[in-house]
Amino acid sequence: MTDVATERAELTAKPQPAPRKNGDNAARGDPAIRKELLRSMLIQRRFEERCAEAYALGKIGGFCHLYIGQEAISAGTMSVIRADDYIVTSYRDHGQALARGVSPRAVMAELFGRIDGCSKGKGGSMHIFDKSRNFLGGHGIVGAHIPLAAGVAWAIKYRAGDQVCVCFFGEAAVNIGAFHEALNMASLWKLPAVFIIENNRYGMGTEISRATANEDVRIRAAAYNMTGESVDAQDVFAVRDAVGRAVELARKESLPTLIEMRTYRFMGHSMSDAASGTYRTREELEENMKRDPILLLRDAISANGELAEGDLAKLTRKPRRSRRTRGTSPTRVRSLRSKSSRPTFWSIAIPD
Amino acid sequence: MAVLTYRDALTQALREELVRDERVFLMGEEVAQYNGAYKVSKGLLDEFGPKRIVDTPITELGFAGIGVGSAMVGLRPIIEFMTWNFALLALDQVVNAAAKMLYMSGGQFPMPMVFRGPNGSALQLSAQHSQAWESWLAHIPGLKVCTPGTPADAKGLLKSAIRDDNPVVFLEGEMLYNTKGEVPEGEYTVPIGQAELKREGDACTMVTHGKMVLVALQAADALAKEGIAIDVVDLRTVRPMDVDAIYTSVRKTNRAVVLEEGWEICGVGGQVVDFIQRECFDDLDSPVLRVHQADAPMPYAKNLEKAAKPDAAKAIAAVKQVMYVD
Repeated sequence: MTDVATERAELTAKPQPAPRKNGDNAARGDPAIRKELLRSMLIQRRFEERCAEAYALGKIGGFCHLYIGQEAISAGTMSVIRADDYIVTSYRDHGQALARGVSPRAVMAELFGRIDGCSKGKGGSMHIFDKSRNFLGGHGIVGAHIPLAAGVAWAIKYRAGDQVCVCFFGEAAVNIGAFHEALNMASLWKLPAVFIIENNRYGMGTEISRATANEDVRIRAAAYNMTGESVDAQDVFAVRDAVGRAVELARKESLPTLIEMRTYRFMGHSMSDAASGTYRTREELEENMKRDPILLLRDAISANGELAEGDLAKLTRKPRRSRRTRGTSPTRVRSLRSKSSRPTFWSIAIPD
Repeated sequence: MAVLTYRDALTQALREELVRDERVFLMGEEVAQYNGAYKVSKGLLDEFGPKRIVDTPITELGFAGIGVGSAMVGLRPIIEFMTWNFALLALDQVVNAAAKMLYMSGGQFPMPMVFRGPNGSALQLSAQHSQAWESWLAHIPGLKVCTPGTPADAKGLLKSAIRDDNPVVFLEGEMLYNTKGEVPEGEYTVPIGQAELKREGDACTMVTHGKMVLVALQAADALAKEGIAIDVVDLRTVRPMDVDAIYTSVRKTNRAVVLEEGWEICGVGGQVVDFIQRECFDDLDSPVLRVHQADAPMPYAKNLEKAAKPDAAKAIAAVKQVMYVD
C-alpha cells in the first residue's frame, strides 16, 4: 500500500465520533414535557398505522411514505421551536405535520383526497401544507426543497426577524446538487436555518454505503464552514438538545446548522415495498426495532414511576382514540361528504 | 415620449418597482457589483444596496429555490438568469416548485415572483447558448410567460409581471437590449395576456412574439412596398395567449403565418395553428404556415447560423405562399 493509500485508509477507518447522547436534563426532569413528547409520538404512530390500514383497503392512493420509527425527530424538534418558526420538509411528512399541530383529521382527509384536507385534496400524502402553522410542505422531489428552506431563512433575515426555518430531508438527499447549493448559500449569507438529515440509512432501497462515498454525512457541514453534529435520534431528549442548540445559534447569531439524526424506519420506503426482505434483512430490522423511540421514552418515564402499568397500556393500545385522533378512522372520514360547489380545477393561478 | 433602449426600459421598470414595493428584490449572477451581465441592473446596487440587489454564486437551481422559498413567506423576488440556457439547471424550481405551489397547497401559498433573463439566440453563440424556451415554459399550468418585443412592452410587461401574484417567466433577448423605441414615462403597465396589433393590413395575418416581432415588422414593411398589407399580431404574452386577437385578425384576412424563434416540433406556433383551425376553419382560404428555426442545434459558422434562423425573407416567402403569389 502506498503512503497516500495508507493515509486514506486510516482516515476512512477512523472511528466516527459517537453521537451525542447527553439528552436535555430540563426535559428529562419535567413530567409535563415528557408526557407531551410521548403523546406526540404516539399520535404519529397511531396515525401512520391507520394510514397503512386505509392504504391496504384502497382508501388512500398514490405514493405514501410512513414515518414509523422516526417519530422522536419530529416530536423533539417541534417541541423546541416557536409557533412563528417555519418548517419545510420532504414527502415523508405526515409525522412532522402532526407534531407541528396540524389536525390529524385534516391530514387524513388530505390522504383521502377530500376538499376538507389540509391541501384541499390536491396535494395528497407528499404535499401536506398548513399556512396557519407555518408548515410549508410536503415536497416530492428529493432535496429540491432544501433551497426553499434557505429562501425562507433569507426572507426572515431580509425582514430582520428572529424566526428560524427548520428543514427535514433524508440522508440520500445529501448527494443531490440542491443540497450543496442551498447549504453553501445558507452559510455564505448566514441564514437562520436548521438543516436536519433524517439518516434512516436507506434512500428508497439503496443503503447509504452503496450511495455515499463518506457515510459520515455530518462532515458535509465542514465543506460549508457550518456547524454540524450527529445525534442518536431514537432518543427524543438528544434530538431536543441538538435542535435546541441549532435554533439558538440561528436565532441569536443568524447561523445555520447541519444535524445528522441517526434513525431507522420500521416500514418500507413507501407502501409499495416490504419492511424487510429485499434490501435489508429481517434481523437488521428487528435489531433496530429494539430501539423504538417510543419504547425508549416510555421506559424512561416508567423508570421514574410516573406511569402505572395500566397507564402504559392505555397509551400504547392500538388503535387508541383520543380527542386528537378522533375522526381519522378510515370509515369515519369516508362518511364525511364534500359540500363544495367549486369548479373542478381551481387555484391554478391567483386571478387578476 | 422618451426614446429608450429595451435595456433601459427594463432598468426603469425594475427601479420603479423596487421603489414602489419594499418586498421586491433582484437576485442573480452578476446583477449587483458587475451591474448585470447585460447591464439591465446597472446602477441598482448603488441605489438600493446589497440587501435588495443580490449577487449569487453560480448556482441557478439554488438561487431560484431561494426565490421560491422567500415568495412562500411573502417577499416578491425577481430572479435573473444570465440567460435562459442556464435556467435549465433551475427548471425543477420553476416547474415543480413555483408553478405548482399554489395548486398543491390548496391555494395557501401564492408565488408572487418573476424569473427573467435573455432567451433565444444572439450572434454566433452556437448550440448551448442559442435556444428559445417559451414552448417548454408555456406548457406548464401555473406559469405566465411574457415575451416583449419592444422597449415599451418590455417596461409595461415587466411592471405587470412584478406586481402579479403568480410566477411569471419573462423572456428578454440579447439582440433586443440595444433596440430603441418610445417608452411612456412613469406609471405604465401592459396587461399580461393582451396581444397588440403592431401593423394593420388585410392580406394576411402574421402571428408572432418576442424577438421575432422586429422580423415580422421588417417583413411587413417589405411586403407593403409590394402592395401587400398584413396584420402583425404581437402576442406579447405566450401564456395566457390572447386568442381573440388572433381570431379577429384571421377572420379579417382569411390567411395566417405564424413566426417564432424556436424549433418547429411542439413549438408555440403549433399551438397557434391549433387555435386557428378550431375557431377559424371556415374563414381560411389557405393552410396556415409556420416559420421557425431549422430543426438543428444552432450552428456556430455565420453562414450556417443564418440558414438556421427564421428571418424576414423566410417570413415574406411564407406570406406569399399562403396568398398563392410568386
